[in-house]
Amino acid sequence: MTVGMINANPVVHERPERAAHHAHAAAAALDALDVFDTVRDIKDPEHPYSLEQLSVLSQESVSVDEKLGHIQITFTPTVQHCSMATVIGLCLRLKLMQNFPSHFKIDIKVAPGSLANEESVNKQLNDKERVAAALENPNLRQLVDDCLCSDHSSSY
Amino acid sequence: MDGRGGAVELRETHRLTGHADRAWALAWNPNLGAGASPVLASCGGDKTVRIWKRAPDGGWQCTDVLEDTHNRTVRSCAWSPDGKLLATASFDATTAIWEYSGGDFECVATLEGHENEVKSASWSQSGSLLATCSRDKAVWIWEMQPGNEYECVAVLQGHTQDVKMVQWHPILDILVSVSYDNTIKVWADDGNDEWHCVQTLTEADNCGHSSTVWSISFNQKGNRMVTCSDDCTLKIWDTSIDLSQPETGEGHESWQHVSTLTGYHGRTIFSAHWSSGDFIASGAGDDAICLFVEEKSSMVEGPSYRLILKKEKAHDMDINSVRWCPQDPRVLASASDDGTVKLWELRGNILA
Repeated sequence: MTVGMINANPVVHERPERAAHHAHAAAAALDALDVFDTVRDIKDPEHPYSLEQLSVLSQESVSVDEKLGHIQITFTPTVQHCSMATVIGLCLRLKLMQNFPSHFKIDIKVAPGSLANEESVNKQLNDKERVAAALENPNLRQLVDDCLCSDHSSSY
Repeated sequence: MDGRGGAVELRETHRLTGHADRAWALAWNPNLGAGASPVLASCGGDKTVRIWKRAPDGGWQCTDVLEDTHNRTVRSCAWSPDGKLLATASFDATTAIWEYSGGDFECVATLEGHENEVKSASWSQSGSLLATCSRDKAVWIWEMQPGNEYECVAVLQGHTQDVKMVQWHPILDILVSVSYDNTIKVWADDGNDEWHCVQTLTEADNCGHSSTVWSISFNQKGNRMVTCSDDCTLKIWDTSIDLSQPETGEGHESWQHVSTLTGYHGRTIFSAHWSSGDFIASGAGDDAICLFVEEKSSMVEGPSYRLILKKEKAHDMDINSVRWCPQDPRVLASASDDGTVKLWELRGNILA
């Protein structure tokens, strides 16, 4: 990025190694850890670190209700005025759409109190028409794809 | 079987497949030749419009695919009142006008002016005016001129966020727009070709919606409308508009909330449509279709509406559009994120 960074000096955490959980369970119900494993290595839009390394996401960010077919992710932008929050939200949604059955209902929100314009960002992140239009925007799509591509644990 | 009051049933009769992405919207042709079969247009994320017709054997087939004109999602479509023109609104910021002639649909005009995604288009009852709306927060009114020319006669500013849908009144030249800003706006001509917002229905002042309003539909008489929202409710509005005085502009600002239908859908309600038989259908992000009718017996406390049927899992994914067939008020079409369009038949003695 050539413009000034939103957060030039983020705190970076180590990526904890985690034993692959229930490797036997191809047919097992989807759980929060499956979802977390899918999104943890998405790259931050402005840093060469993953969302997990920047503590934007943790395992606690994800909740899954398999019976209702519902996935909810609550992420925490690194700064209160993070204009990248909508891009991060798009990345999360696209990654989930690419990796989980299409009937799952997905809600993506920022953690309460983590963002100055929390309500308006949450509304935008969950308006599927705005999401569809954003993903058709070539520049925005490139930015999102870059965040997903550098994701080394990617399954595609 | 719903179990509520006997054998009311919404039966799936046909499943129309062909869209390669989500199906966003539907439009039944309102004006066919005598004896002609119903015609349905659908559009979607695959940038195409599909025309569906009932074959003599009762099956449905896609007779035309309108493509290579829009280069992004086709968000919605609308037939002119005479059934001869189809307007298509696209995320590519244009609205295309298609004419059926010589056995083919031909794009005869492309309306440019909106800054970004066009989300909806609606023809006035006379067919001389077309309204469009966009994420650019504006509503445009276009007047049809000879030779497939369209002149913009008004740019209506007033919404503070993107405008999701526009709909003309079925009898009068009154336009209603609904928005991501949670409001419903009523627009009218002051008699001197100047268009103004004559009423804004908000949560605070009018018992309006608390989140994005996605859709609006009038009843056939034009004295009521239904709106639906991301707040998971439908709202019924009533007016004292004097329909016998179409030119006076009297009473245009008179819409009042009469009823809120809540607790029926678990996620965003994307579409609501009022049939000529006075049934209201709703389709939502919970994959369900609900049908409502007015409760005629409880006029003591004013008009109220009751659920007559909820069809769970009507589609595999979100339902984006529900539309009653004008020629057969028991036939409903629905369009979904699952890419399919379904036709349904309402069966049973509903008013018993």
